[in-house]
Amino acid sequence: MTNPPSAFRLTLPVLFGYVPLGMAFGVLFTAQLDVSWWVAPLMAIAIFAGAAQILAVSLLAAHTDLLAVFIAILVLNSRHLFYGLSLLGRFSGAGWRKLYLIFGLTDETYSLLTSRSRGPDRAAELKTDFRITLYNQSYWVIGCFLGAWFGSTVTFNTTGIEFTLVALFIVLAIEQYKVLKQALPLWIGAASAGLSVTLLPPAHQLIGAIVLVTLALLVNYRISQHGSTSREGADHG
Amino acid sequence: MDDTLYLVAFIALSAAATFLTRVTPFLFLSRHSEHPFVLHLGRYLPAAVMALLVVIFLLRSADWSAPLFGTDALLPSALVIALHLWRRNALLSILAGTLSYMVIQQW
Repeated sequence: MTNPPSAFRLTLPVLFGYVPLGMAFGVLFTAQLDVSWWVAPLMAIAIFAGAAQILAVSLLAAHTDLLAVFIAILVLNSRHLFYGLSLLGRFSGAGWRKLYLIFGLTDETYSLLTSRSRGPDRAAELKTDFRITLYNQSYWVIGCFLGAWFGSTVTFNTTGIEFTLVALFIVLAIEQYKVLKQALPLWIGAASAGLSVTLLPPAHQLIGAIVLVTLALLVNYRISQHGSTSREGADHG
Repeated sequence: MDDTLYLVAFIALSAAATFLTRVTPFLFLSRHSEHPFVLHLGRYLPAAVMALLVVIFLLRSADWSAPLFGTDALLPSALVIALHLWRRNALLSILAGTLSYMVIQQW
C-alpha cells in the first residue's frame, strides 16, 4: 500500500540543505558570541528557523532591546503567516501532532508537504507529514550542533564570517523577486532601510525600517485600493 | 539585565515570535485571510523585508571611506547575485559570497 517514496527519501534534499546551512549558523554563532556553544543547537530545537536564527546572532551580539528582537523576528518570519493559510484544512484531525506540524512549518517543510502526492488514508498521511517535519528539524539541529562544536574546538580566523547574513538575505530577496516578478516591493524595502539608517542611531535602525516599510506598504495598498474602489471613497478623508 | 537571563529571554521571545507567525493563520481561521490588506501584505511584505535587511546589513559590512567606497562588501554581494541568478543554489551563493568577503577582510 505504501508505494510512494518514504518520508526519509522525500526529505533527503532538505538534509543536504539544512546540515551545511545549520553548520554555517553554528560556526557563525561561536565566532560572534561569547556564549556556550551548545546554545546553538538549543536554538535549533526551540526556534527552528534559519534566517531568524542567523539574524538572532547579530541581534544578540549587539545586545538588542528585547521588544525590538521580538518584532524583528516576527516581521522576518512574516512569510510564514501565509503558509498556514493554505494548510488550514490539511492539518485538521492531526490531534496532538498538529501543534508540532505548525511549529515546524519552515520554507522547506512547507514546500515538501504541499508538493508531495497524498493517498486516501488521511491519518496515515498526517503521520507522514509529522515524520517529514521531524526529520527536517533533526537535520537542522544536527547541522547547528556540528557547526557550533566545530567552531568551538577548531580555531581559525573567522573575521568576516558575519557576511553570511548579507549573503543569505540577498539570496532570499532574489527568490522573492522570482516569485513576484516585481521590483517595487524590493525598492520599497531598500528605501525604507536607507531612510532609517540615515535618520536613526544603529540600535533603532532595524525596527525603524520595519515600521517604515509597513507604512509604505499601507500607503501602496491605499493607492491601489483608491484606483479600484474610488466610488466607496468617504472613509479616507 | 543579567546576561544569562537576557539570553534565556532572547531565545524564548525568538521562539515565540517564530511560532506566532506559523500558528496565527490556524488561530484566526480563514475569516481574516481574505481581507485585501492581509493579502497585500502577504504578497509584498516578504520581498520588501528581505531587501530592507540586505540594505541594513550591507551598509554595516562595508568600509565606505576613501580608497574602498564599499567595494569590500559590494564585490562579494555582486558575486552572490551573479552566482544565484546563474545556478540558483542557495548554499553555493552564500558560501562563495561569505568566503570572498572573508578573504577581502583578512587580506
